[in-house]
Amino acid sequence: MEELLKTNDTVVSIKNAYLKYAGERGSVTALENINLDIKKGEFICVLGPSGCGKSTLLKIIAGFHQPTEGEALMGGITPIKGPDWERGVVFQAPTLYPWMNIYQNVEFGPKMRKIPKEKIKEDVTKYLELVGLKDFAKQKPYELSGGMRQRASLARVLVNNPSMILMDEPFGALDALTRQNMQTLVREIWNKTGNTIFLITHDVDEALALATRVIVMSSRPGRIVKEFNTEFTYDLGGANEEAAKYSPEYMHIREEILNIINAQNSALKTSEV
Amino acid sequence: MVKKKGKISSEKIISIAAVIIILVFWWVATHMGWTNEKLIPTPEKTFAAFAEVLSKGYKGHTLLQHIGASMERLFIAFFWAFVIAVPLGLISGFSSKVRAALEPIIEFYRPLPPLAYYTLLTLALGIENESKIALLFLACFAPIYVSCVSAVARIKQDYILSAYTVGANKVQVFWYVIFPSCLADMFVGLRTAIGVAYTTLVAAEMVAATSGIGWMVLDAGNWFRNDIIFVGIIVMGITGLFIDFILKFIEKRIVPWSGKD
Repeated sequence: MEELLKTNDTVVSIKNAYLKYAGERGSVTALENINLDIKKGEFICVLGPSGCGKSTLLKIIAGFHQPTEGEALMGGITPIKGPDWERGVVFQAPTLYPWMNIYQNVEFGPKMRKIPKEKIKEDVTKYLELVGLKDFAKQKPYELSGGMRQRASLARVLVNNPSMILMDEPFGALDALTRQNMQTLVREIWNKTGNTIFLITHDVDEALALATRVIVMSSRPGRIVKEFNTEFTYDLGGANEEAAKYSPEYMHIREEILNIINAQNSALKTSEV
Repeated sequence: MVKKKGKISSEKIISIAAVIIILVFWWVATHMGWTNEKLIPTPEKTFAAFAEVLSKGYKGHTLLQHIGASMERLFIAFFWAFVIAVPLGLISGFSSKVRAALEPIIEFYRPLPPLAYYTLLTLALGIENESKIALLFLACFAPIYVSCVSAVARIKQDYILSAYTVGANKVQVFWYVIFPSCLADMFVGLRTAIGVAYTTLVAAEMVAATSGIGWMVLDAGNWFRNDIIFVGIIVMGITGLFIDFILKFIEKRIVPWSGKD
């Protein structure tokens, strides 16, 4: 892991990006001057008040939107023109297709990409096992619980072995316990596969528990206000979990992030009155 | 809802009981002389008439031939409406320009009573099959078209986006994502279409025809054969139920996720 972090391969870079659109009361700046380099193997968590443009940023990286100014580059060179399998997305509400069973949902990507059949079978089995759904391959998505569906969505993206995985509040709709299990699972997968992950959340603890880098955004216009490099994710998987979670350092960063977000929320409220 | 297999629900028992009560009441009412015998035939007489039209037929055609004549019209019209309305509806769902061209026409004729323009169709195409198939085609077309347009409007955008993010191209997205996600709504349209067309068909045969189950009832009325009218009405009702049952069965097979997602 350490080795991966030391390498300087850029997976995606955003340079001086703006996103403006025409709203009801004139032009709205959803994102302002975003600069971000995502390195291979990083686990980035994005925090911010609602409406700060974190989803918009994800959509730009995914290729659903193009920045109105500035650029979004793949590997630091090629402009991102639209969505493709190099950047897999896990949506907040699972987008598994109800007309396919779990196995077919997971094999969908490689099948569309015309990967040889034996390879697909091998990979799908491997990733279903990794997310703990081996025994549910024949089930339909609507027969599974919310957490299982989200695990299947994750497998569907992982099976492509994308350069990067984007997740938009993937555990937002899950109950607290399932949510923790999912966090542990994602951390384990990240440890095992060395994927690059970009995850949006509104939960400070979730961000600190997973990220190697936490990005805090402000709203209207959406800007990156602060970045933290964190290492709690390495301890949280292990035996000294409690110690890490209540360490002075953790508390300190947590408070700092909350202060930034709360300051914005109150600023937002006064401006709306 | 979880249903245990092999166990009949109490609602089903109530439904069956209601039908039996009506049949018993019919038998009692006709036998006790509560009703005018000329107006309402006894169950036995109705059943005898049923046996008669089944074996000897009515006015040159057996009962099955009459039903067959009606069904043939229904299914030819339904088939063409399906083949034409589904693609047009899907295209209209995606292209506001195509929709702008088609919608005024469809919205204009859809609320019209079919029998109003049926007169025109018989003048142009005669009282045989052609005019009826054209009429039924129009009756089927609107519900199928409308359901396809709304099916496209209701597709979850994230379904399409997530297909792109795992590597599908545009053609694949259409066949593997857009088309199947429209199926559930499309089936609602198909069932509505065949229901509307079936009632229209019977009405049309009662206006002008020389065969068909609707015509049989009308003609029997002219000769005061109330037993045959009863047979015709019961057969029509059961056939309608049967068609809907088949469509529901197919729907469960093709779109088992309908209502669960």
